[in-house]
Amino acid sequence: MSGASAQAPRRWRPAPRIANPWLRRGLWVLAVAYVAFAVADMEFDVERFISGIPRGVDMVASMFPPDFSRWRLLVDGLVESLQMAFFATGIGLVLSVPVAVAAATNVAPRWLYALARVYIGLSRTFPEVLIAIFFVKAFGFGAFAGVLTLVVASTGFIGKLLAEEIEAIDPGQVEAMRATGAGPAHVLLFGVAPQVLPRFVGLMIYRLDINLRESTILGIVGAGGIGAVLYNSFARYEYDFSMAILLAIIAVVLVAEWFSGYTRARIT
Amino acid sequence: MTGAAASAPGSRPWQRYTRGQRLARFAAWLAAVAVLVWSAGTLDIHWPFVLDAPRQAGDLLGRMLPPEWPFFAQVIGPMVETINIATLGTLLGAALSVPVALMAAQNTTLNAATLWAARVVVVASRSVNELVWALLFGVVFGPGAMAGMVAVGVSSVGFVSKLVAEGIEEVDGGQVEAIAATGASRGQVLIYAVLPQVLPTIIGVLTFRWDINIRQSSIIGLVGAGGIGITLNNEMNSFAWANVTVILIAIFAVVMASEWVSAQLRRRVT
Amino acid sequence: MLTIDKLTKTYADGHQALRDCSFTVPGAQVVAVIGPSGAGKSTLIRCINRLVAPTRGHVHLGDTDLTAAGTAGLRDVRRRIGMIFQEFNLIERLTVMENVLAGRLATVSFLQAFLRRFPAGDIDRAFELLGRVGLDGYENSRADALSGGQRQRVGIARALMQEPELLLVDEPTSSLDPKVARSIMGLICELAGERRIPALINIHDVGLALGFAQRVIGLNGGRVVFDGAPEAVDEAVLTRIYGADEWRDAFRQEGGEDMLAAGGAAS
Repeated sequence: MSGASAQAPRRWRPAPRIANPWLRRGLWVLAVAYVAFAVADMEFDVERFISGIPRGVDMVASMFPPDFSRWRLLVDGLVESLQMAFFATGIGLVLSVPVAVAAATNVAPRWLYALARVYIGLSRTFPEVLIAIFFVKAFGFGAFAGVLTLVVASTGFIGKLLAEEIEAIDPGQVEAMRATGAGPAHVLLFGVAPQVLPRFVGLMIYRLDINLRESTILGIVGAGGIGAVLYNSFARYEYDFSMAILLAIIAVVLVAEWFSGYTRARIT
Repeated sequence: MTGAAASAPGSRPWQRYTRGQRLARFAAWLAAVAVLVWSAGTLDIHWPFVLDAPRQAGDLLGRMLPPEWPFFAQVIGPMVETINIATLGTLLGAALSVPVALMAAQNTTLNAATLWAARVVVVASRSVNELVWALLFGVVFGPGAMAGMVAVGVSSVGFVSKLVAEGIEEVDGGQVEAIAATGASRGQVLIYAVLPQVLPTIIGVLTFRWDINIRQSSIIGLVGAGGIGITLNNEMNSFAWANVTVILIAIFAVVMASEWVSAQLRRRVT
Repeated sequence: MLTIDKLTKTYADGHQALRDCSFTVPGAQVVAVIGPSGAGKSTLIRCINRLVAPTRGHVHLGDTDLTAAGTAGLRDVRRRIGMIFQEFNLIERLTVMENVLAGRLATVSFLQAFLRRFPAGDIDRAFELLGRVGLDGYENSRADALSGGQRQRVGIARALMQEPELLLVDEPTSSLDPKVARSIMGLICELAGERRIPALINIHDVGLALGFAQRVIGLNGGRVVFDGAPEAVDEAVLTRIYGADEWRDAFRQEGGEDMLAAGGAAS
């Protein structure tokens, strides 16, 4: 391809990905400079790192064996996390339907569409923990703030994907329903719902999986669930109890992931 | 409902599902509703708080607005640190993922033991949240950006390794066979036959993960692991809500920008 | 000289792909291996360079017992044997030059391979080979941008890059249209002839086999049922290899009408 073969036919080097040599070198210099700056900015303290190693070893050593003696506390926290996740998924699911309809260009009026998109953008951009902090500040500590957080995050998540689904709907099927003389409610039920429903159930289960994961850490900022217990155990240096909690969380997450994968594979 | 079986000829009944299917679906819905009701009922929600919620929210919003724009100057430094944590953390995660991904793929792992070891690493990394990793490494490195970067790196390993291992498993065996047939060593087969095929996956996964890490880096400061989260925590503790708004706007802008950058990068590699 | 002695392969599922196959290829000879699909052709050549581990029997290339080679020995054995594939098996996302240079991997270090720093002599030979297979000027094209025939030419160049003492060729033309298939088959036989490299070619197109090979080996059910000159292949032989009626179908669908006349004349 390049004309290099004309004057020096017997030399070959793999062609660089970026043809312009100055641009290529410039990008390399920039990349190296950035990484150097970032590492320097990290203020990596060798002494602190070295003194941290025995602390790390101590911590890991004190994690074993995991202490399940206060299993009551653990189970209570875990159950609260599960409840938050289930409840929020349920409410989020119901509320995400109007959000999705409002955020679908082919259904909603312009002003409503813009409003819905702003809401979706906000709820998807901010991490759950950040949203939780605000609900805790506004409504006090506890599971309610956590549920609200997960509801907001779920409606944004499901709403966006469901809106795309509604936008991609086959107008032929809707038209066919109209042609039979069906009213708007019937059109929604028979023309729109069947096309969207499998995806809807899939999204619900996928989101349930995410909500379960999130519900286990929201407690760190006071929004209910097992996270608070975990955070306290860290603060009190009870690392063996922390380990027990972590193992329990991993178990729940794994079961949730398996369930989510299993059901979604069966639905579609 | 069930008597339909005894139908006269000429009026054949029609049902969407067989009886077993209908029962299973009904049971699934029933279970879902039962779980929902149980959750709602026993969840320890303090209802007076809930009723008071709209007023509280309005109050908070009133104190957050208008944003205290001059505070923006103090946000830039921590925001840069946040991006650095995410970027270096992603690089660290990528480096750690090389052996894990190779061992987690059926066709490049050494034996059953390495396969399972890699899977355990993937599960541990993925199941434990970034915040928890940040707490753990905070103990080792002390609070600060270093702990955050390592936490981001370690929590990226599972995600990156899992997806890259799946990419490795989908590699065209014919190309691998051809390179092996030239007498290439195991390592050469990896870099000459496997790597070129997986490269687009690797770049796609890493840019995607970098995007996620930007988001995560903005909150790990809440447990002391560096970045904008520390500033956010300080301002909230001193009830400087107008400053908090500026921080939120900054986070929003950076997250949106990173999403755009990562999408652009992914579009370019094929 | 390639000697195959009582080569047997039983797969883990109990399928017997090869049963006591024995034959010798004395010098530079183009040998076509024909037989119905599932006869064991592919297993046979993969047992020679041990992409498939044989269950029993021996393969000798010169004085080397290929079946006894250890890990390091196996690399050297594979270096000495060039292989050409049905699906070309080029590294699709690499350039033509990188694909041809892959033939030298056994002679360079890991780092050299990673940085693509091959000795100047290798690059020289690669250019020469590219010219010889008719791909002058294509060195920087990506393999996935080439046509099927061009890809197989790169595959041939890669195999010859190894300076092999033996060529194993697995259905080189099955993924190509008939006209290209003929020219590729011609090229392989020509190159094997001019470089005096013995070649073992699996091919299910009997017409091409009889047209180009100096010797034909017929496999059926993992056994050698025929071994002789192409002129000796008649209806009786084909029936022995392919079963009663199958061979006519094999002929027709491969478009070997001209050879049908030749085969008919021989009978």
